Amino acid sequence: MAKAEVKTYEKAFLLDIYRDMVRIRRFEEKAADCFTKGMLAGNIHLCIGQEGTVAGACKALEKGDYITSTHRGHGHCIGKGAKTNRAMAEIFGKATGYCGGKGGSMHIVDVSLGILGANGIVGAGISIATGSALASKVYGDKSVTLCFFGDGASNHGTFHESINMAAAWNLPVVYLCENNGYGVSVAINSIMKTKTIAVRAKAYDIPGVTVNGNDPLEVYEAVKKAVALAREGKGPSLIECMTYRHMGHYMGDTSWYRPKEYMEEAREKDAIDNFRKYLSGQGVSESKLNSIEQSMYDEIEAAYAFAQESPYPDVETVTQNMYTEENERCVAR
Amino acid sequence: MSRMSVSAAIREGMREEMLRDERVIVIGEDLGLMGSPFAITKGFLEEFGPRRVIETPIAESGFTGMAVGAAMRGIRPVVELMYNDFIGDALDPVMNQAAKLRYMTGGQVSIPLVIRAPMGAGRRNAGQHSACLEALFTHIPGLKVICPSSAADAKALIKAAIRDDDPVIFLEHKLLYAKKEEVPDGEHILPIGKACVRRTGSDATILTWSRQVYFALDAAAELERAGVDTEIIDLCTLVPLDWETIKASVEKTHNVLILEEGVKRGGVGAELSAQITEELFDELDSPVCRVAGLNVCSPFSPPLEDAVFPQVHNTVDAVLRLLNRAEAKI
Repeated sequence: MAKAEVKTYEKAFLLDIYRDMVRIRRFEEKAADCFTKGMLAGNIHLCIGQEGTVAGACKALEKGDYITSTHRGHGHCIGKGAKTNRAMAEIFGKATGYCGGKGGSMHIVDVSLGILGANGIVGAGISIATGSALASKVYGDKSVTLCFFGDGASNHGTFHESINMAAAWNLPVVYLCENNGYGVSVAINSIMKTKTIAVRAKAYDIPGVTVNGNDPLEVYEAVKKAVALAREGKGPSLIECMTYRHMGHYMGDTSWYRPKEYMEEAREKDAIDNFRKYLSGQGVSESKLNSIEQSMYDEIEAAYAFAQESPYPDVETVTQNMYTEENERCVAR
Repeated sequence: MSRMSVSAAIREGMREEMLRDERVIVIGEDLGLMGSPFAITKGFLEEFGPRRVIETPIAESGFTGMAVGAAMRGIRPVVELMYNDFIGDALDPVMNQAAKLRYMTGGQVSIPLVIRAPMGAGRRNAGQHSACLEALFTHIPGLKVICPSSAADAKALIKAAIRDDDPVIFLEHKLLYAKKEEVPDGEHILPIGKACVRRTGSDATILTWSRQVYFALDAAAELERAGVDTEIIDLCTLVPLDWETIKASVEKTHNVLILEEGVKRGGVGAELSAQITEELFDELDSPVCRVAGLNVCSPFSPPLEDAVFPQVHNTVDAVLRLLNRAEAKI
């Protein structure tokens, strides 16, 4: 917390961040549990370990701002305000889910909250976020788009194409790379020569910083600064948040390809544990912290119950929403 | 009525929509000073300014993806791919994003995006600038696909495409751009999904679209001399299909030829043929016949290229065979 500690924060603000991190972790742990019990179809990609980045970054946004997310997107969406019950229902494939069960774990979206969507295609969100920033410029509104992507996506063509255009036109977008060290099984340092991803910002003549992604306050400060620049029309920034993916790429992946030191470090630097200690040091009582944890536990249990009790979508909806005006001949078998 | 080229008609249609709706923007390469390689956006930069005329770097994937993001925010982008062949660089934003997002979000978003692209052989542009890729797009649920042939339809349909809330692929045949035709003045919009009967006839139906409509008309004139009365339906829109018009014609002529410039294998004609065979089999006097491009990529050398896509005589011969009149003298 070195950089952040020199500042003072309102207690409510700090507790909000803690609550958000715990909410996301409880959600992910519950999803993992349900998956292990065979209750979830398909695949889920969990962001356990990355909550510090999400909570800090989302705190730097206004309500009218936008985010794009990734395949590992539950946390981003919850961080931007998605309701855990509808998010859980979506990963259960239920009618009450955000997308009526049509999207699933990789595609939680609530446009009314500025969540332009998680995305199953690595790198796709980078150009979508840039387009959202272009929209802000065309409208002349003051909204900013925060683009979450992983270290894996930083080597995708959309990274270069999008950041180049955003830089050229000073678009109001913040590119936030969650660098957890691995793209599925491939160590980032084995496929990239530069020591950091942030250094690439130089190529676009935009600000680029690498921060401790497990320190939500350090992330918050970096994102806040970048958001302010973007809102003032001074263009995009690239923020690289160093973090850890505690789980495999997806549930069921044991991450056997990582050295054991990775998880040792990850546990030692865990955002939630350390922030809890920090809060204690700031005089937050144990009972207050416990009550936050309990309330998040309760919220996620309620979300789970909501998802469980919700009906599956009516099979008739399978052909709906392909086009704005339903056209049977377009969608029939 | 005014006489104008197909390219001018598309430009006029786009310009009218940009004047009507501030949310309409154009995005693509060389759209500014140059006004696009086929002069479609000529004058737009001066008239609408760089806020709405977004001249991009050569980054098809990036700017097409951007257009999807902007569309999610309610902007109505008209993207120009310099050639439809360049979709190879930009397929993800079209296939996995634009086409699917409405569905995958349970109807939360519309993607009011138009992707315009010149297509087609005959200009000696060789294998990477000459394909007709409409079949690729019709295969993707969520897209609408428009392939106009006439200047009037091109103008009316680009306006309809821009007003449509779904992603529309608008394919313009390069060899039609310079074609001058009468275009109605003022507001004229054709609904997407309506075919146009270009010639009425009683012996055989030719289903076609884009540049091959003109080849079909020439073929019909030759066939008339052999006493064959051909009906020509310009489909205009490939998705959604105007099934009613197709059905009415098949029920009248009972003989169907599908004429398509693009490659035959897996072409739009294959799908049309299957639908007609499945649903109108009892109406048919002969098997549905396809005349289409060879299953090769477009060669450069003129005699080779001309051998790749259907010529008038291919269609004439095929209609005569269809009607068991191969011996007919023309």
